[in-house]
Amino acid sequence: MAFLELTGVSKTFGQFKAVDNFNLQVDKGEFVSFLGPSGCGKTTTLRMIAGFEKPTSGRIVINDVDVTYKSPNQRNVGMVFQSYALFPNMTVAGNIGFGLKIAKTPAADVKQRVERMLELIHMPGYGGRYPYQLSGGQQQRVALARALAIRPQVLLLDEPLSALDAKIRVELRSEIRRIQQELGITTIYVTHDQEEALSLSDRIVVMSAGNIEQVGTPFEIYNYPRTQFVASFVGTLNQLHCEVVDAAQGLLRYHDQPLTTGAPIEFPNGAAVKVLLRPEELQLGNGHGHETNQLVGQVETVSFLGATVRVELSLNGSRLTMDLQNERQLQLPQVGQSYTVSFPPHACWVMPEG
Amino acid sequence: MRRGTFWSWLWISLGALYFLLPLIGTFIFSLRARRDELSFAAYDSAFSDPRFWEAFGFSAMMAVFTVIVSLLITVPTAYWVQLRLPRLRPIVELITLLPFVIPAVVLVFGLIRIYSRPPLALTGAIFTTNLLLIAGYTVLSLPYMYRAVDTGLRAIDIRTLTEAAQSLGAGWPTIIWHIIFPNLRTALLSGAFLTFAIVVGELVLASFLARPAFAPYLAQLINNRAYEPAALTIVSFLITWACIGLISFFGQHRAGGESQLAGPR
Amino acid sequence: MAQIAQPEMREMPVSPVALRRVSWAWLGVVPFFLFAIAFMILPALSLISGSVQDRQGNFTLENIINLSQPFILNAYWLSIRISLVTAIGGGLFGFLLAYTVTVGGLPKSVRNGLMTFSGVASNFAGVPLAFAFIATLGRVGFITVLLKTLFNIDIYSAGFNLYSFVGLSLAYMYFQFPLMVLIISPALDGLKREWREACENLGGNSWHYWRYVALPILLPSLLGTMILLFGNAFGAYATAQALTGGSLNLVTIVIGAQIRGDVLNNPGLGYALALGMVVVMAISITGYSWLQRKTERWLR
Repeated sequence: MAFLELTGVSKTFGQFKAVDNFNLQVDKGEFVSFLGPSGCGKTTTLRMIAGFEKPTSGRIVINDVDVTYKSPNQRNVGMVFQSYALFPNMTVAGNIGFGLKIAKTPAADVKQRVERMLELIHMPGYGGRYPYQLSGGQQQRVALARALAIRPQVLLLDEPLSALDAKIRVELRSEIRRIQQELGITTIYVTHDQEEALSLSDRIVVMSAGNIEQVGTPFEIYNYPRTQFVASFVGTLNQLHCEVVDAAQGLLRYHDQPLTTGAPIEFPNGAAVKVLLRPEELQLGNGHGHETNQLVGQVETVSFLGATVRVELSLNGSRLTMDLQNERQLQLPQVGQSYTVSFPPHACWVMPEG
Repeated sequence: MRRGTFWSWLWISLGALYFLLPLIGTFIFSLRARRDELSFAAYDSAFSDPRFWEAFGFSAMMAVFTVIVSLLITVPTAYWVQLRLPRLRPIVELITLLPFVIPAVVLVFGLIRIYSRPPLALTGAIFTTNLLLIAGYTVLSLPYMYRAVDTGLRAIDIRTLTEAAQSLGAGWPTIIWHIIFPNLRTALLSGAFLTFAIVVGELVLASFLARPAFAPYLAQLINNRAYEPAALTIVSFLITWACIGLISFFGQHRAGGESQLAGPR
Repeated sequence: MAQIAQPEMREMPVSPVALRRVSWAWLGVVPFFLFAIAFMILPALSLISGSVQDRQGNFTLENIINLSQPFILNAYWLSIRISLVTAIGGGLFGFLLAYTVTVGGLPKSVRNGLMTFSGVASNFAGVPLAFAFIATLGRVGFITVLLKTLFNIDIYSAGFNLYSFVGLSLAYMYFQFPLMVLIISPALDGLKREWREACENLGGNSWHYWRYVALPILLPSLLGTMILLFGNAFGAYATAQALTGGSLNLVTIVIGAQIRGDVLNNPGLGYALALGMVVVMAISITGYSWLQRKTERWLR
C-alpha cells in the first residue's frame, strides 16, 4: 500500500500549465527524487505536497488521509528549503524545538528531542549558537534537524544543497541519506543535479515541462532511458543515426558500417532509428574498422579528468564522446590520430528517430 | 488575495485621510480670498508681491550654491574614502551623523557665537552672512548628500570600474568624465533635489541669521495676511512634491527610500 | 577595512609615484574635514565652552547645575513628553501603514504613492505644515467649521486647542509617520517568505509567526526607529514656533528665545541648555545605530 500517493495532480497558473497529470505512488521509507531542469514543475509538485500550493485538480493522499486541501500546518510534513530559512532571531536549539514548542510539548521533552536531533546531525553542543554564526552547510543541517524534530510523516527537500560549495555538497549528501535511512522516513528530494539524484535515490522521477518522463531506479533511468529527454538529460550520450537492416537479427547500418544489438529490434526494416551509446561502454583500439560494432574516428580533444579520460572523436561529420578509465600505464590517445571505437552489442540502445 | 486586506485598506484609508485633509483644507481656504466665490485671487496676490519673488529667489539661489558646495565637499571625499582611504570611513560617517546630533537651533547658536565676533566676524556684512548661511545649509544637507553619493558609488563598484579603466589605458580625466560622472548622475541629482527642498523650506538658520529667505517670509505673512499664506503653502507643497518626484524619476528602482528623508522640523 | 588598505601599501614600492597617489587622496578629503571642523565641530565646542564659563569667562559648572531649575526642567520635560508621544504614536501608526503596503498585500501603485508622499510629507514640515494645520483645525479651520455646521460639534468649546500640546503632537505626526514608513518598509520587505512557510510547515499559524518570528526580528528596527523619531521631535523647532508662536516652552523654543535676547538672564545657561540637547540627541543616535547594527548582524 502506497504511503504517499499523488493521483492526477495538475497545477495551472493562469495560462501556464506547471504540472500536468502527475501520478506517483511512494512506499513508506522510500527515497524518491524529482529530477529535471529549471521550470519542469518539480518544485511546484513538492510545494503541493507541502501545502503551499493547492492543486488545480487531482488528489494527494498521505498515510490514507486525503490532504489535498489541508493547510500546511495540518499535514505534519517536514520541509527543508533551498535557502535554509532558519529563524535568525532564535538559537539553533530554538529553531529545532520550534515545531514542538508550538505543539505545546513539555519543555523537558523538547530539550531531550533537540539534543537527540543535534546528535543525529553530528552537531552536539551547537544548541546555543545563532544562525548567522554558522556556515552554510551547518545551517542546512540544522534546517534538516528542525524539519525532523516534529516526527513528520514525509520529509520534503527542495534543492537543499544547491546553495553550497561542491565539497560540502558531497559530504552533506551522504549525511542526508544516512539520516534518512536511519529514521526510515519517506522522503521526496527535488534537484536538478543528476549526480545527487542518482547517488541518493531509491527511485527517480524525471520531469520535463510539467510532465513525468520516466520513473525508475537510478540504474534503470541511466541504462534504459524510455524517452529521448531522459536519455540526453541523464549522463552523456552518443547518438548514431542508423537504419534498421534486419529487425529480427538486430542488425543496423550506420553509414556503411554494420552494427548489431544482439537482440531483436522492435522497429520494422528500413526504419530510421537512433542508436544510443554511453561513453564508458566504448573502447579505443587500433584495428581496421571492418568488424561489426566497430567505427573509425579521428581524435579531436583529449581531456584528463582525473579518474577518467574523456576523448572526443569526429567521424562522418558528427562527434563521438568516450571515456577511458585512468591507470598509470595508460597511453593517452594522440590528437589527430585515427583510432577504432568498438562496443559490445548490449551497449546499443535503440530509439526511434525524432 | 492575502488575508487581512480589509484591514490593510482600512489603515491606509485612515492614513490617507490624515495626510490629505490638511492639504484639502488649506487648498479650499486658499480659494476663498474673494467672498462667496472660489478663485485663485490669493495666488495672484501672493505672486504679485515683489517680496515673495525676492524671498523665493533668495532661497533658490542659496539652494543652488549649497548644492554646489555640498557636491564639491562630498563627492571627492566619498570617492577617495571608497578607493584609497577605507580607514577613514568610520570617521567620515561619524561626521555625517553630526548634523543629526546638532539640531538647527543649536547649530545656529554655535555659529553665531563663533562667527559674530572678531576676528571671524562673518555676521557683520551681508555677503559674509550669506556665506555663513550657505555653510549652515550645507551642514544640514550633508548626511543626505553624502549618503546619496556613497550609495551611488557603492552601487557601481567604483573601485573595480576604475581599475578596469586603468588597465585599458584610461587616464584620470577620462575616468572622471566618462566613468564616474555618468554613473553617478542619478545619485548626484537625488542629492541635489533633496538639498534644494531642504534649503527652500528651512526656517531656523535663515531667521536667526536675519536673511530674507522664503520660510521667514511665509512666517511673517501668516501674521499679516490670511489667504496668501494658504496659497503659498500649497505652492510650497507642490514644489516639494516636484523635487521628490524628480528624485524618484531619476532614481528608479532605488531601494533607499531613506534618502528622501530630510527637511526642517 | 584596515586590512584591505595595508597590504596594498606594503606591496607598492615606496616611490614618488606611490606617495603622490596617496597624497592626492588625502588632498581630496581635506576640504571635507576643514568644513566639518569650521562649521560643525568648532560651533559645538564653542557651545560646550560657553556652558562651562560664567560671565567673566571663568570656568564654572554652575550653568550645568542650574539646568535643574524648575523652568528648565519643565522645558525638558515638555520636550521629552512630546517626543515620546509622537515617537510611540508615530512609530505604531507608521508601522501599520508600512505593513499594509508590504506584508498587507496592497497593490504596488498604493505602495509607490505612500512612499512618494512620505518623502514629500517629511520635507513639508515647518511653517507650511503649521499653516496647513491652522487652516484645517484652527478656530476657523476647514474641519472645525465643517464639524460645527454639519454635526453641530464645536471642538474648541469641548476643550480642543490646536495651539497646545495635543495640537502640536498632531502636527508632528505629519512628519513622524512618514519617517517610520520610509525606514521600516525595507525591514518589512526583508521578512523572507520562507520564514512564514517554515513556520506553517512546523505547525504554526499566523499568530505564531508574528509572535515568535516576525515581531522579534523586527523589534530592533522598530525600537531603533522610534528612538530616531524621538530625536527628530526633540530637535524640532520650526513647526512648534510657527504653530504656537513660542508659547509652548520646548527646549528648542527656549534656546531660540535665548539666541534673540538674554531671556534667561544668563548666557551660560543658554549654552548649557544647548549642550543638554546635544547630549540627548547623541544618546538617541547611538541607540538607533546600535539597534540597527544588531538587526544587520542577525540578518547577515
